[in-house]
Amino acid sequence: MRFGGVFAALLLTAAPLQAAAPAPKPPANDDCLACHEDQSVKRANGSSVAVDKAAFASSVHGAAGASCVDCHQDLAKTADFPHPEKLALVDCAACHASEVADYEKSVHAAERGKSKASKAAWCTDCHGIHDIRPSKDLASRTNHFNLPTTCLKCHGNLAVVPSAGGPPVNQPALFHDSIHGRALEKSGLKFAPNCSNCHGAHAIRNPKTDLESAVFRTKIPATCGTCHEKILAEYSDSIHGTQLAKGNAKVPVCSDCHTAHAITEATDVRRLAILHQCGGCHETSLATYRDTYHGQVNALGFSRIATCADCHTAHQIHPAGDPRSSVAPPHRLETCQKCHPGATANFSRYDPHANTHDKGRSRLLWATALFMKILLAGVFAFFGIHTVLWFPRSVKARIDARRNGRGAGDGQGEG
Amino acid sequence: MAQNAPASAGPIWVRRFDRFDRSLHILLMASFLGLSLTGVPLLFSEKPWAGTLSRLFGGFRSAATLHRVFATGMLVCFGSHLARLGKRLFGDKEYGILWGSSSLVPQPRDLMDLVRHVRWFLGRGERPRFERFTYWEKFDYWAVFWGMGIIGGSGLILWAPKFWARFLPGDLFNVALLVHGEEALLAVVFIFTIHFFNGHLRPEKFPMDTVIFTGVLPLEELKHERPAEYERLVAEGGIERLASPAPTADRVRKSRIVGTIAVSLGLLLVAFTLIALLS
Repeated sequence: MRFGGVFAALLLTAAPLQAAAPAPKPPANDDCLACHEDQSVKRANGSSVAVDKAAFASSVHGAAGASCVDCHQDLAKTADFPHPEKLALVDCAACHASEVADYEKSVHAAERGKSKASKAAWCTDCHGIHDIRPSKDLASRTNHFNLPTTCLKCHGNLAVVPSAGGPPVNQPALFHDSIHGRALEKSGLKFAPNCSNCHGAHAIRNPKTDLESAVFRTKIPATCGTCHEKILAEYSDSIHGTQLAKGNAKVPVCSDCHTAHAITEATDVRRLAILHQCGGCHETSLATYRDTYHGQVNALGFSRIATCADCHTAHQIHPAGDPRSSVAPPHRLETCQKCHPGATANFSRYDPHANTHDKGRSRLLWATALFMKILLAGVFAFFGIHTVLWFPRSVKARIDARRNGRGAGDGQGEG
Repeated sequence: MAQNAPASAGPIWVRRFDRFDRSLHILLMASFLGLSLTGVPLLFSEKPWAGTLSRLFGGFRSAATLHRVFATGMLVCFGSHLARLGKRLFGDKEYGILWGSSSLVPQPRDLMDLVRHVRWFLGRGERPRFERFTYWEKFDYWAVFWGMGIIGGSGLILWAPKFWARFLPGDLFNVALLVHGEEALLAVVFIFTIHFFNGHLRPEKFPMDTVIFTGVLPLEELKHERPAEYERLVAEGGIERLASPAPTADRVRKSRIVGTIAVSLGLLLVAFTLIALLS
């Protein structure tokens, strides 16, 4: 893009020269600066017209030798100075046609199209005006490391970007603390993604409604997979990945478990939260997990115990009937042994999702549960009634005992 | 004879439980409370109080270790009880513990006592003339005996699953886990409600019956509560041998403190349990 820009800028400086013959001589940069360097020259509304000469000189356009009228083309034909206050909007597309064409597909352009008052970003909101630096420049607003701060100007500010229903979410703040944000901003890794790596640079499409968005639900695995290549291969092969490929949009994609912006390592908090992600669809599995020691200890708030991914793996999830599954007979013992070294084949016959209501799954367990239920109900029904009947009689017995002057309780002469 | 003692000597006290019985009850009580407090949180793991209780014992690993310590205490309790039964039976030839008036084995008279007791509840008859052990005391005893087998057995299996898996199929651990939890729930709720009421909290006994801690009770109380035992002892001439000095004030105070702590902990735990079960 930088070379394209420079090339276009060079072209621009040449073009007006050829067409200059009939028109008045366009003003040189110094002519413009005669007024525009003066901090005291103001518009009718009181705002300054000053342009920072040095900032322009060090900008990508200034460095390429572009002149003011290359962008402010309507002034190239003007002879009368000072010129009217209202000028034509600078058309970046004159040089940056493909970038602007991409921008036109974006949610930003769509928002601006809806209302003239829209605050949605356009070229200058991200790139600046006279001080535009190439993205490679570490001081550029659109430099890889600075982009989150640039997006944050609007996306961290609910007055500019209101929440689209639901509780307001400060995505950039979540990003700062995420593993991506810390790698980018604290560790300065050029491989760490910034906003544009997932959302695109100019064609930032609505991820909720635009099927072409790189972060539209069904596109997310492919987008994350551009960096996480091996995980994408594993996921694509899994039951979730193959279902997604068949068009089942209910299967989990990366962001369902890892979140969109607050992506962290698999910390203890994540290990506890994952149950609710998986359990959102696999309700029975979560319920039966809760009946076992794994699930009970986990629910008490301790995470150093098997949760979903410890047995089923995180990305290579296959149905238990599939021999590739980590819980299928060929791999099951090996999976148990990850935490239970020395476990035997018998040990791995333990059912970590035993269901006392499912007669077909284990008749023995179902019958035992039924027996226990009857035993408990029987004992408590019998002694419940026994106690309720005894109580009033016992009150009367105590009163009688006191009346007869005989001690009650432990016989310590209270009566 | 006891009833000929001068009235001025104050109440006459008789022994009901010897030192061994009382020690056994203390050990059983302490280990049962410990097992309950470290085990019940697992049954209601999703309740906030369960996590708090578990953290109070230093987290699930530490709670699990303590659970095994208390379990060892209970096993010692059960083992020494069995050993004593063996000694009484084979050493002292005390066959009376197997059947008869002072035996804990359920007998036809217990069923009759139950029927009479319920009639008495309803105001339709006299209070049954109980012997040394009433039918509900026998139920308590055998419930604990059964519980020792079921909870203790399943607990030992769950203690070392890798060891047992050398001989037993893995799905037996599912059964062990289920019965351990359900039977424990039965034991906890039963002991902390029914046993507490029958033994301590019912109005005639409230706030507690310290006989299990002091070992002695006034003769009058024995006469009133267990007339059949009293009459048998008189007839057999054994009542003098049981005559005891009154418990010292210090012993009564200590008994009440221990009893109050145990009953309070139990009631607190059962309150949480019942709220969790009913919510």
